[in-house]
Amino acid sequence: MSLSWMAWTWPTATFFIVIALLLISMGVWEYFSPGGHPRVGILRFETTRGDRLFVSLLGSAFIHLAWLGLVGPNLWWALALSIVYAIGVFRLV
Amino acid sequence: MNKTLNNKAWFMVLPVLVLVAFSAVIPLMTVVNYSVQDTFGSNVFFWAGTEWFQEILASDRFWAAMGRNLVFSAIILAIEVPLGIFIALNMPRKGWGVPVCLVLMALPLLIPFNVVGTIWQVFGRIDIGLLGHTLAELGVNYNYVNNPVHAWVTIILMDVWHWTSLVVLLCYAGLVSIPDAYYQAAKIDGASRWAVFRYIQLPKMHRVLLIAILLRFMDSFMIYTEPFVLTGGGPGNTTTFLSIDLVKLAIGEFNLGEAAAMSIIYFLIILVMSWVFYTVMTNYGTERR
Repeated sequence: MSLSWMAWTWPTATFFIVIALLLISMGVWEYFSPGGHPRVGILRFETTRGDRLFVSLLGSAFIHLAWLGLVGPNLWWALALSIVYAIGVFRLV
Repeated sequence: MNKTLNNKAWFMVLPVLVLVAFSAVIPLMTVVNYSVQDTFGSNVFFWAGTEWFQEILASDRFWAAMGRNLVFSAIILAIEVPLGIFIALNMPRKGWGVPVCLVLMALPLLIPFNVVGTIWQVFGRIDIGLLGHTLAELGVNYNYVNNPVHAWVTIILMDVWHWTSLVVLLCYAGLVSIPDAYYQAAKIDGASRWAVFRYIQLPKMHRVLLIAILLRFMDSFMIYTEPFVLTGGGPGNTTTFLSIDLVKLAIGEFNLGEAAAMSIIYFLIILVMSWVFYTVMTNYGTERR
């Protein structure tokens, strides 16, 4: 089966591999520590690990878009900012 | 009682995962791949990096369409939600009037989107349309084809006609679930009509209302078929919403890379708004308890 119609590139493939690895890691984490670790953080409502990953990924997408629109095409700093943001979300939200 | 955790049950979800993969994940991956490349057809692609995203984010055309979308959704919600509540409050709760009202309310929802667009296109025509011709006879210079205000009014009227029923049916479902004891207690206390609405009916409807607002927001933000059939995005670009602009870019101009980048930004905005609505919906009751 040819997948050439999907127009794969190495950067986009890497992006999806990282997302898949994140989801697998969450699955493994859930296996060893079931229940999703629900807690009420600074957003004042209950979130699980899955919610925190979702907020991190969605927020990171907007950080990258904002960087592209306001600063420029070099996204390494946006990536670094996203990682800091994700750590913040996992610790505080 | 201790719950028995059996993670093997997750395997039961696999068929749905496969289905979603084919219907949503694989197309979405393809759109992401397209968004960083350029193509002139024949399955030949050239690397473009983040160029399309930058172009979209700096595009006045994109932000204008986004603004129109937001204004349209705000107007739709401001009209349909209060109107839906008002109609639901005045619908009969007993007797033969109930099925009649429910069927009448459900009718607009059963009509396909493109047919709704066509109905209103004919309805608004000055030469043969009931609305257009009547207004012309009354001396009103109505023409939705070349007047942006008239085009907007017609699209809003069309959407209100098509979708207020959904809000009505959801609110009605919330209202009929209120036990009679609540009304009897209010009557004993001598509560006014407004007090009954404010302290009994509205709180009991809040969950269905949030669902109605979420559904109407999502749908109006993604609106495509009805305005496309009615005005084609015109006059000029005055009724060109994001989805219409996206199709123009992808199919009309065959600018697949830029259209893919626009799709992703559009998708992210809808995703974040859905998440906010969903979070508010699921947490509203728990906070008050």
